[in-house]
Amino acid sequence: MTISNYSSPHLPATGDVAVMMRQVLLALLPGIAGMTWYFGPGVISNLLVASVTALIAEAGMLALRGKPVATTLYDGSALVTAILLALALPPLAPWWIPVIGSLFAIIIAKQLYGGLGFNPFNPAMVGYVVLLISFPREITLWPAPHLSPGLLDTLALVFLDTLPAGAGLDAITMATPMDTIKTRLGLEETLGELQTGGVFGLMGARSWEWINLWFLLGGLWLLQARVIQWQIPASMLGALAGMALVFHLLDPGSYTSPAFQLFSGAAMLGAFFIATDPVSASTTPLGRLVYGAGIGIFIWIIRNWGGYPEGVAFAVLLMNMAAPTIDHYTQPRVFGKNGGAS
Amino acid sequence: MNTPGYSEIIRQGLWHNNAGTVQLLGLCPLLAVTTSVVNGLGMGLATTLTLVTSNVIISLIRGLVRSEVRIPVYVLVIASAVTVIELVMNAWFHDLHVILGIFIPLIVTNCVIIGRAESFASKQTVDRALLDGLAMGIGFTLVLVLLGGMRELLGQGTLLAQAHLMFGEAGKALTLTLLEDYRGFLLAILPPGAFIGLGLIIAGMNVINVRYERKAAAAVPVASPAKA
Repeated sequence: MTISNYSSPHLPATGDVAVMMRQVLLALLPGIAGMTWYFGPGVISNLLVASVTALIAEAGMLALRGKPVATTLYDGSALVTAILLALALPPLAPWWIPVIGSLFAIIIAKQLYGGLGFNPFNPAMVGYVVLLISFPREITLWPAPHLSPGLLDTLALVFLDTLPAGAGLDAITMATPMDTIKTRLGLEETLGELQTGGVFGLMGARSWEWINLWFLLGGLWLLQARVIQWQIPASMLGALAGMALVFHLLDPGSYTSPAFQLFSGAAMLGAFFIATDPVSASTTPLGRLVYGAGIGIFIWIIRNWGGYPEGVAFAVLLMNMAAPTIDHYTQPRVFGKNGGAS
Repeated sequence: MNTPGYSEIIRQGLWHNNAGTVQLLGLCPLLAVTTSVVNGLGMGLATTLTLVTSNVIISLIRGLVRSEVRIPVYVLVIASAVTVIELVMNAWFHDLHVILGIFIPLIVTNCVIIGRAESFASKQTVDRALLDGLAMGIGFTLVLVLLGGMRELLGQGTLLAQAHLMFGEAGKALTLTLLEDYRGFLLAILPPGAFIGLGLIIAGMNVINVRYERKAAAAVPVASPAKA
């Protein structure tokens, strides 16, 4: 009888980047379908423009840097970056918005720092924040749910800057629920007066709650498939809900409920797909909890006290900055070693 | 103390030891006021003038100042020079002076100036100190103008906007509007644009240096180590 000498690990490695990125893309599908249902074909056009630009930019930068182009493109990381960025963009934005965002994300935020695995900041969120602070007008062109122009009209608006006949931009776009709440609260109104304004849905923001639900579904599948770990989404959503609960109980007229905070804006997309970016997030188990909680707290602060209606991108970038320090202080104890860190 | 030749001083100031991109001194004005070519040029010329004046005075008095008190003396000299230049700008370039604001008096604290005083002017003859101030100042000005041009072009789609602040009414004709109906890329005007732009300039200089060194290495056959 022969006894083979197998050494650990005994589980097959599933850490292939390409496989992982494909699973992420698959998990995004329900959310993408939901967004397209509510906001029309502009969502898909954003996705296509951003993806093509990102792939070209990635290939160009890899060639310039003398790296293998085909194998690195195949890992899909540039595609995931482009799609996460595109999902954050308003569907009626002109075509050059996703182009500039993807170029910035891939060239400056990713490749100039050394490519996949070396970027300290989430590239998609860097691209989004660049657009947000540079083009404040274009970045608010969200159509009213179900009122997006048809395919041809959308394409004409996005690529040729031509409005559909007889419709002004104001007729087809609408402030997002979070934007409305921010503006109206600024006018000394209370949330009670807003109940009839078409802002609230069953539990979250109208229409957006369903999109968030679909992203949550995809995220849970990612968790189940072990592509992401539970710590970041759990602590991020927990911290967001916790902050919301405390302030909602103190002053329900000015602060929305935890359910609203969780099912509005980009909360679920952020928790499961953006904050969990394996490169720019914390990597230790305890560190992930701290990192996620930080993002949740910052999101709540920016949404309620900041100048912008939504804060996922800023919160993620702020905690990206803190991630190396968090990792430093949360190194897990080596088994068999008594107490005393490091 | 070795005395560098004139051409060496110029090469150091303009390229190899450039205050803005190699020594990375004076980053505060470099990043803060370079939102346009004219702002960069104004700031650069004011700094150059200060550098030349302070370098010459410090070189003249270098035999009189005891080394224990040299730093306060240098600061006094530089502060006096900056005050004079600030008053001159306020009188003849008032609008530009208003735009550059606090950064003109703050030239006193610009590390480039005290750095050149301490490391060069206090040890060299007047002619060399003058040339060093001029070369360092022009090198710094070139970086300011280049960065200002990049940010103005991307941020507003113009070059040399508000040139009349510096060149009088005739300057209005100098303004180039490169793109009509340009909506502006706000990031370039905001502080991150300054950092990213400076990073790109430094990267560009490094690329040129590497190319130049490779060419030099290829052109001059290095003495073969395997000698008979």
